[in-house]
Amino acid sequence: MALKGNLRDFSVTQLLNLINLARKTGTLTIEGPTEAAWVSFQDGKLIYAQVGNEDGTLTGILLRGGLISGRQARAIKTHASDKDDKSLGLLLINAGYLVQQDILASIRQYFRDIIYKLFTWGEGFFRFDAGVLPPEGRITIRLNLENIIIEGSRRMREWERLRDEVPNLDMALDFVERPGANIRDVNLNVEEWKVVSYVNPKNTITQIAKANVMSELEIRRVVYGLLQAGLVEIVRPDGMPLPAQVKQIKPIDIEQKESLVNRLIQRIRSL
Amino acid sequence: MQTVKMVVTGPFNAGKTAFIQSVSEIDVVSTERKISSAEERIKETTTVAMDFGRITVDEDLVLYLFGTPGQKRFDFMWEILSEGMLGFIVIIDSSRPETFREAKSILETFRAYAPTPYVVAANKQDISDAWEVDDLRIALRIDRNIKFLPCVASDKESVKAVLLELLYSILEEMKEKEEIDK
Ligand SMILES: Nc1nc2c(ncn2[C@@H]2O[C@H](COP(=O)(O)OP(=O)(O)OP(=O)(O)O)[C@@H](O)[C@H]2O)c(=O)[nH]1
Ligand SMILES: [Mg+2]
Repeated sequence: MALKGNLRDFSVTQLLNLINLARKTGTLTIEGPTEAAWVSFQDGKLIYAQVGNEDGTLTGILLRGGLISGRQARAIKTHASDKDDKSLGLLLINAGYLVQQDILASIRQYFRDIIYKLFTWGEGFFRFDAGVLPPEGRITIRLNLENIIIEGSRRMREWERLRDEVPNLDMALDFVERPGANIRDVNLNVEEWKVVSYVNPKNTITQIAKANVMSELEIRRVVYGLLQAGLVEIVRPDGMPLPAQVKQIKPIDIEQKESLVNRLIQRIRSL
Repeated sequence: MQTVKMVVTGPFNAGKTAFIQSVSEIDVVSTERKISSAEERIKETTTVAMDFGRITVDEDLVLYLFGTPGQKRFDFMWEILSEGMLGFIVIIDSSRPETFREAKSILETFRAYAPTPYVVAANKQDISDAWEVDDLRIALRIDRNIKFLPCVASDKESVKAVLLELLYSILEEMKEKEEIDK
């Protein structure tokens, strides 16, 4: 029986639950809103994950996890391009560059983050191919799905709330003018500072996220915090076209509009 | 004949329909429906499309008051509603703090759609549970430059006062623009 459908009808949570309870082995392919993901399982345990065009090779994962620098990553790519992930991992361990625990922790973190991202996909086709496993040479791990499902659901709720609070990422941010308040007096973390430094009606929230290499969830979380703290407000970005009719109303010359408003005032007073 | 519009928005059950009804010369062309979801069944009916009230000013000018639907799933109508409006009024149920966050988010959304003047009405001030305007201003973090007025939507005088304050704000904004243009 083919296990396929749309996340609209059968959510990621439900899928993972099913794979976990039925102890399934195989690969789940999901075509999300902007990219696809591949996640493999063995006996109901998560063993491997990859998403979109992200560099999911060991080099890419170690770079992301901060275990190697960009320069080191490039060096590996040029000098050890013939090695698969398993051999590369062994090489790095034997050469004393990294220890096995760190490599595995980094991979675990990477796979988990991919799954957490899937929880935010409300829509997309999925297919489960039983028996299909990741390419030879890739490093696999074994992670229990229960904890991932719990954490993923928690993040999904957070995601839903953030999406409600910061609905449109095409909007821009501006500082709230408060006499006597100085942004320098506020304790911000690194992420918040990064965003704050781009706050300007010229930059959309999406652009700020891009500039800082932040995911939608991350940028929403920071923006939400800044909004809650009353430091910034959401504004229409400079240059964004106004809705059609607002433009049409504008040409009314100001004297005419003034007279119109005054007539309205008279009328309402007399109600 | 010219028509202008103002939009009355705010969370579910805040008193938008009542507000418009108080000053409209026609019965609010209402699109009330019985409420289906249990969670929102704190009242019998809700507005599903938009409320629609009218004030005729003179032979050449009519003011329409549009009320937004209160339930979240009608968000898509806001953009349409906000087109070409003179200004908008955000109605808050002062007695239900659980709706303040949503009120603020509705306010932000509208302000982003349309850079027109607006005022905030702290409705249901006749209820003993109602928060005071000063407290509400802090709770919702409403800028001091924005008018925040106590209101009882069923009381015509109170509604008139809110509408007038909005019109004054519109006038003020026009004057400021004129200054800049000079
Ligand atoms: N005590 C009191 N009750 C009010 C006031 N304004 C509205 N109400 C009551 O609050 C309830 C909601 O009023 P509506 O006018 O239907 O609110 P709404 O914002 O149009 O609601 P939706 O269209 O469902 O979002 C009704 O029972 C009103 O009678 C007020 O100022 N004081
Ligand atoms: Mg209503």
